[in-house]
Amino acid sequence: MSSPITKVRQRQIAQTMETGKRMDGRTLTDYREFTIEQGVIEKAEGSARVFLGKTQILVGIKVETGEPFPDTPNEGVMTVNAELVPLASPTYETGPPDETSIELARIVDRGIRESKAIDTEKLCIEPGKKVFVVFVDIYVLNYDGNLIDAAALAAMSALMNTKMPNYEIKDGELKLKQGYTQLPMKSHPVTVTIGKIGEKLIVDAAMEEEQVIDARLTMAINEEGNICAIQKGLSGYFTPQQLIEASKLAREKADEQRKKLKW
Amino acid sequence: MSEKHEKLIDKKGIRLDGRKADELRSLKLEVGVLPNADGSAYVEHGKNKILVGVFGPREVHPKHLMKADRMVLKCRYHMAPFSVPERKSPAPSRREVELSKVIRESLEPALFPELYPRTGIDVYVEVLQADGGTRCAAITAAALALADSGIPMRDLVVACAAGKVEDTVVLDLYDAEDKLGAADVPVAYMPNLNAVTLLQMDGQLSPEEFEKALNMAMEGCKKIYALQKEALKNKYMTTKVETKEETEE
Repeated sequence: MSSPITKVRQRQIAQTMETGKRMDGRTLTDYREFTIEQGVIEKAEGSARVFLGKTQILVGIKVETGEPFPDTPNEGVMTVNAELVPLASPTYETGPPDETSIELARIVDRGIRESKAIDTEKLCIEPGKKVFVVFVDIYVLNYDGNLIDAAALAAMSALMNTKMPNYEIKDGELKLKQGYTQLPMKSHPVTVTIGKIGEKLIVDAAMEEEQVIDARLTMAINEEGNICAIQKGLSGYFTPQQLIEASKLAREKADEQRKKLKW
Repeated sequence: MSEKHEKLIDKKGIRLDGRKADELRSLKLEVGVLPNADGSAYVEHGKNKILVGVFGPREVHPKHLMKADRMVLKCRYHMAPFSVPERKSPAPSRREVELSKVIRESLEPALFPELYPRTGIDVYVEVLQADGGTRCAAITAAALALADSGIPMRDLVVACAAGKVEDTVVLDLYDAEDKLGAADVPVAYMPNLNAVTLLQMDGQLSPEEFEKALNMAMEGCKKIYALQKEALKNKYMTTKVETKEETEE
């Protein structure tokens, strides 16, 4: 993908960051304002729309029945998919998911899976035969940077908003009953992505800022402050000291967000 | 899950495959193993068997990926259908697409892309047998293959994982530990530049455990780095002997 901004602009952004400031007036460790709307799609079992600055992401959850994986016969299944919809950016194209959207889906998946956010054992209907399958579909509607944090936030918000159909088993057949129950959740990970530019670390890079950062580091952090998933990205590097510094910053920011979210 | 399997690490701190917590699996590195490739390397890391071939700098395909001011690096990580217990479909999985991306991004910091504008380098990784930690072994071999192709590099990239099994932080997880263990932290590192170029994690670690795992993985990387350099030298040792014989004739 060729850079959508000029070299002059890139240099301006980088030089401003060197002084500890950013083009939009934030400090290096400020997030943009975010808002969450839950239950925006009535036909989905759960949904949420997150606005992070001008980035806009919609996540819809569908719950269906299916077979468990052979190595976890007593657990429900979760799958995450991400679509960078062409209306979200002039640089997005139609076609099968590219490596960016696959990586996005897999980072969000890892955060939710490794923190054991969904109580998958409660999604088992008949061990080894039938379980609930939770489909998490990430829809990027407007791209203005930091898709990872916004998508993780939207996915968690949508899962917390998800209702599953009540059911009973009659003569080995699954029958849906009236009413719904909340999707069982065990943990609430918060995902924070840190960008590195020169010697400086920043959080929540906007689209233009993403063109100038050397590397990024994403961490999913649970209630206990433990790290559940990490992904380094882009073609730069971190020194070991920067990694430790970034992991501290990520935990601070996760705490801060957790308070705002009341998770 | 934890009740079903036997202990991965015993009271004396010995792991199921007989290793100590901070011990690497056996390694075999070979350079220049493919006659048609511009650079190549083969690695056996424990039971992992991985072949890497490098082509380029050459014309970029498809053409629209070409950059006027630098070379583009492309990378494909691929697992052979017979590399794992249950046949893997040869079509690229989502996991392989992601690994191709992170392996490429782990190698890019070692190169000077601005030296070869309008060209591309292809790195093809074929996992012939997998036993946990394939992305790391692949990076170790890919760096050797790139060096073998003769392009200038800032440093070799070397990779190794650390992780947590039971309650112990251990080095270089193999398949069973990877699947049943509590966490896995693959790290790629350029020792001369003190730069980490790949870092991933799944599982759960406290900040202290993470730091310990990161340091342990980097120590492991340094050990493999020595073997990498030896493997490169070995190739030229044999070349030297051959040319000597030729001139004598």
